Amino acid sequence: MSSEEYPDGLLYHAEHDWARVDGDTATLGITWFAQDQLGELVFFDPPAVGTQIQKDTAYAEVESVKAVSDVIAPLSGEITEANEALGDTPEKVNEDPYGEGWLVKIRLSDQGEADQLMDAAAYRQHIGRG
Amino acid sequence: MSSAAETLRRTPLYDRHAAAGARLVPFAGWEMPVQYEGIRPEHIAVRTSAGLFDVSHMGEIETRGADAEAFLQRLLSNDVTKIADGGAQYALLCKEDGGVLDDLFTYKLAPGRYLTVTNAANHARDLAWFQQHASGFDVDLHDALADYAMLALQGPKARELARPLIEGEEPPRMRALEGRIAGRPALICGTGYTGEDGIELLLAPEDAGSVWDTLVEAGAVPAGLGARDTLRLEACFHLYGNDLSEDRNPIEAGLKWAVKLDTGFIGVDALRDFEPTQVLVPFAFTGPGVPRPGNLVKPDGVVTSGTMSPCLDYGIGMAYVPVASAEPGTPIEVDVRGKLRPAEVRSKPLYRKDK
Repeated sequence: MSSEEYPDGLLYHAEHDWARVDGDTATLGITWFAQDQLGELVFFDPPAVGTQIQKDTAYAEVESVKAVSDVIAPLSGEITEANEALGDTPEKVNEDPYGEGWLVKIRLSDQGEADQLMDAAAYRQHIGRG
Repeated sequence: MSSAAETLRRTPLYDRHAAAGARLVPFAGWEMPVQYEGIRPEHIAVRTSAGLFDVSHMGEIETRGADAEAFLQRLLSNDVTKIADGGAQYALLCKEDGGVLDDLFTYKLAPGRYLTVTNAANHARDLAWFQQHASGFDVDLHDALADYAMLALQGPKARELARPLIEGEEPPRMRALEGRIAGRPALICGTGYTGEDGIELLLAPEDAGSVWDTLVEAGAVPAGLGARDTLRLEACFHLYGNDLSEDRNPIEAGLKWAVKLDTGFIGVDALRDFEPTQVLVPFAFTGPGVPRPGNLVKPDGVVTSGTMSPCLDYGIGMAYVPVASAEPGTPIEVDVRGKLRPAEVRSKPLYRKDK
């Protein structure tokens, strides 16, 4: 598995999701903390492209051996791409949560929402790693 | 939450689990390790080598006396008179209506002396049930919960690993011997809950730590309750509270083999001519998804256990389905949070090692 990190340059949501914003698009995933809490992921059902997702509400599920967890959208938008490779290799989320383990890409519907997210230092504090 | 946390019991191995970095969770009133390195590697260790479980949360009731056999025959669904000295037997504890109060292993330590292992969540109720039905029998019931720690060493290399540490005889499958392991007295049992060969050890709590350490040094991989659950489900062993409950009887649960109708046990009259409308079956997903307890089977039925099988890499489970759908190979659908997942009924066990 990967070692604990919270890269600078990403934005973080209190429900342990990250967003890499690039203009009016963003790539979303779950943080190292989230995957560590879940344990090895065994299933990710990618949401359909075109789906509208709402900040602070669940847009997908990830499953470990023991449990199902909702993935909360850190930002609102329309899904333009889902990481289909995770269908066969969901453990990539554990191995590389900020890289190959990304979940979806979205076109942002409200770029101003990004201001409500935390930077890496604030997120570290949020999870008691400050 | 906080009041529950304050009253959680800890096994004698708690400090070792914590030091090993285990994730400790509340389970049936106990603070138990659900995993150390991860459910999957621990599961695979048990299937390929040897895993070591702390199952000290399991309870024990000792039944002694001239009527011990007759008493247990009245309470347990199986034929207690068939247990040889040093033998072990699986049975259900039923209510008058046949509903299951617990599923239990009983070891015959000696004539007139039996040890019954209870599920942690049911121990107090089982003990009360035993006491409540003891009048008229010459038996002495002893709550042995605090007398024993319990370890399970399971896997194809379990016996080989334990053998040099056992003084005296090693019990064959489904037998129990009072002996010594790693220098400590133990009831050594050829039983388990993983579908693998192995032994279970009932030990004095103060001896559990050193025996655990010796087994780990010898190569046993600590394994948590998470792997214990995925292993037992691949093997299609029932879990009380999931697959068994007061609302289901042993016939519905597919445990007719552990029900002996001529032994006069409590509940037998309700079971004698019982025709189930639903029965418990193993099933496997034929596409994506992971079944979970409580998922509905379409058009009729309910999942009671479900997981992603670490050995098979697809979703597996057990479900109560209509008798007409119970034949292995029957296609079913499982409603997993609104998505209908294709599955098929399988035969037991779901996972079988290639010989």
